[in-house]
Amino acid sequence: MSQPILALKGVRKTYNAGTDVAQEVLHGIDLELQSGEFVALIGPSGSGKSTLLNIIGLLEPATSGSYRLDGREVTQLSEDEMTRARLETLGFVFQFHHLLPAFSALENVQIPGLMRDGSYTPERRAEALRLLEAVGLKGAEQKKPAQLSGGMQQRVAIARALALSPKLVLADEPTGNLDTKTADDIFALLRRFNQERGTALLVVTHDADLAARCDRVVRLVDGVIAEDKLIHASAAPV
Amino acid sequence: MKFEWTVALRFLREGRMQTALIIGGATIGVGLIVLITGLINGLQGDLIRRTLGTLPHIVVRPPDEINRGQLAQAQGGIGAASAAAEKARLSLPDIPSNAEALASTQRKVEALANTQARAQRLRSIDQWQQLAAQISATPGVVAVSPNVSGAALALRGEADKAVNLQGVEPAPFLRVTKFDEKITAGTFQLNTGDIVIGTQLAKDLGVGIGDKLRIQTARNAGDAFTVRGLFDAGNRDANRRNVYVNFRTGQSLLDLAGGASNIDISIEDVFRAEEVAKALRQRTDQQVESWIETSSQLFVAISNQTFFTRLIRIFVAVIVAVGITSVLVVSVVQKQKEIGILRAMGAARGAILRVFLLQGAVIGLAGAILGSGFGTLLMAFISRVFKSPDGSAFLRLQIAPELYAAAVGISLVFGVLAAIMPARRAASLDPAQAIRI
Ligand SMILES: Nc1ncnc2c1ncn2[C@@H]1O[C@H](COP(=O)(O)OP(=O)(O)OP(=O)(O)O)[C@@H](O)[C@H]1O
Ligand SMILES: [Mg+2]
Repeated sequence: MSQPILALKGVRKTYNAGTDVAQEVLHGIDLELQSGEFVALIGPSGSGKSTLLNIIGLLEPATSGSYRLDGREVTQLSEDEMTRARLETLGFVFQFHHLLPAFSALENVQIPGLMRDGSYTPERRAEALRLLEAVGLKGAEQKKPAQLSGGMQQRVAIARALALSPKLVLADEPTGNLDTKTADDIFALLRRFNQERGTALLVVTHDADLAARCDRVVRLVDGVIAEDKLIHASAAPV
Repeated sequence: MKFEWTVALRFLREGRMQTALIIGGATIGVGLIVLITGLINGLQGDLIRRTLGTLPHIVVRPPDEINRGQLAQAQGGIGAASAAAEKARLSLPDIPSNAEALASTQRKVEALANTQARAQRLRSIDQWQQLAAQISATPGVVAVSPNVSGAALALRGEADKAVNLQGVEPAPFLRVTKFDEKITAGTFQLNTGDIVIGTQLAKDLGVGIGDKLRIQTARNAGDAFTVRGLFDAGNRDANRRNVYVNFRTGQSLLDLAGGASNIDISIEDVFRAEEVAKALRQRTDQQVESWIETSSQLFVAISNQTFFTRLIRIFVAVIVAVGITSVLVVSVVQKQKEIGILRAMGAARGAILRVFLLQGAVIGLAGAILGSGFGTLLMAFISRVFKSPDGSAFLRLQIAPELYAAAVGISLVFGVLAAIMPARRAASLDPAQAIRI
């Protein structure tokens, strides 16, 4: 058994705690992900998928429970330590890609490296070019996001998420506003990186077909895990 | 910092119109400040030059009343004696002899206080050479000119005129008064037997360069002098009364052999004349007067002017700062998504803070550099177009490096200060909130 990349125990999340409108959104989540696993997180709207993903992504704190990321308890970390952990361990892909409009595709992919190393190094540049080629954007490196289609922008976002070779990539509806064909391609891309690099992926999706192509499907209903099943053997070495 | 610089510059470039407008605003603000400062400095410099003319910034004279003066001197003696006694006590605790010296000095003082005032006559500053050397070494002092001055009579044929005879050492005198700028004919040459007089006196006596006239005083039958230069001090009375001869000649004419009746001083910053005078007063019992005392109205007028221009400059700077703040606040709102994604990707709050502080700094710096150029152009324009009644430039174009350095420094500081609030706002954006939008 390899070490879990993440382990949640009894994680609860209450919004607006201590006020009249206090609302518990997650009611004790237990979840473990192994390195290299490709997991789909599904569930009806409002069930708490994004909230859970944000907690895992250290973007918001859990109200209670424990969370170990890559073997380290992270619930007590300071804001700056969490920021550091995001930079070094995690990659993000969002529904609305969120590229920086003022930067070219290549620059967008190089930003995580610039943040970590404080400079553009030739190695990072070469790696960024390789990643863009891998996501099928050779020739579009100097284009600004506005000059790219939605699918292409999402590819840039994926290349960016992988720039620092994170152990875990979190994707919140990465194909949410793409047509079926493009969504298919993006999913294939995620799968490829998962297999080639052993990157663990946790992907929120509404698309049952896409979910069925993952190794494991976790279904969230009303803030509890209603179902958690393995559907394929993990690509990662066990 | 490379990350912060990259993002800050890119954000500014992205906000084209906004950035151009606020840098334009800062440029106008800094240009205005540079212009006002240059204008006021020029006008005040001019005013001081015209009004003070050739007057020294500080004059040291013997004390007014002979008794009080010597009393003060004697008291100085007591001070010195007691200081010496103190010193002696510290180094040789068993010797009591200085107490005796103290007592004797005190007796002298009492005796002096009872002495009658001597008839007023021209007196020399005690040990003026030593004092002049001391003054030269005082910080802020540029030039020191000891001289003698007293009443005399200028005679030519039938005509005679009462004059104020000044015996000066040409080199230091010119350094203090820049008197050579006032020479309208001949040169300020003062060998033995040479004299420089005002244009008005020359007219009154009917003399010109190379002509001879006679100078005579109450104590000296006098000598014949050759006129070597004529001056126009910009003041009819000075042009009529002041005549300049060699220091040594002046000493003998005024019966003050080896003495100096006053020491004229010029200093670096005319507005610190009172400070320098105060420092000198602590060192000497002589009378020390600065132009700020003797021309107090001028000084008050200039001080008020300085105060109001400072007020205007502060207002302009604050307006520019508020402009920068509001533009950056808008920019933070516009970019909250991008800021959120940067934070989510692992940009620290400090990094986001610096991104916006840098933008403020860049706007301030750009405004300062462009504004310095703009202000200089305005000054050049004004000095070319507006002329004084006498046809000279109304404003002397002063390219003072300190002014530009100050403009850049202040603008930079204001730019950063103006960015603090928006920068903190940007840094405190919740990334989870920002990416949900
Ligand atoms: N910042 C917040 N403050 C208060 N309530 C919130 C906040 N964010 C989410 N919620 C609530 O938490 C619940 C879960 O929201 P969440 O966004 O996690 O659902 P989801 O499963 O991602 O839904 P969807 O599929 O529509 O994206 C919802 O009822 C939502 O209103
Ligand atoms: Mg969601």
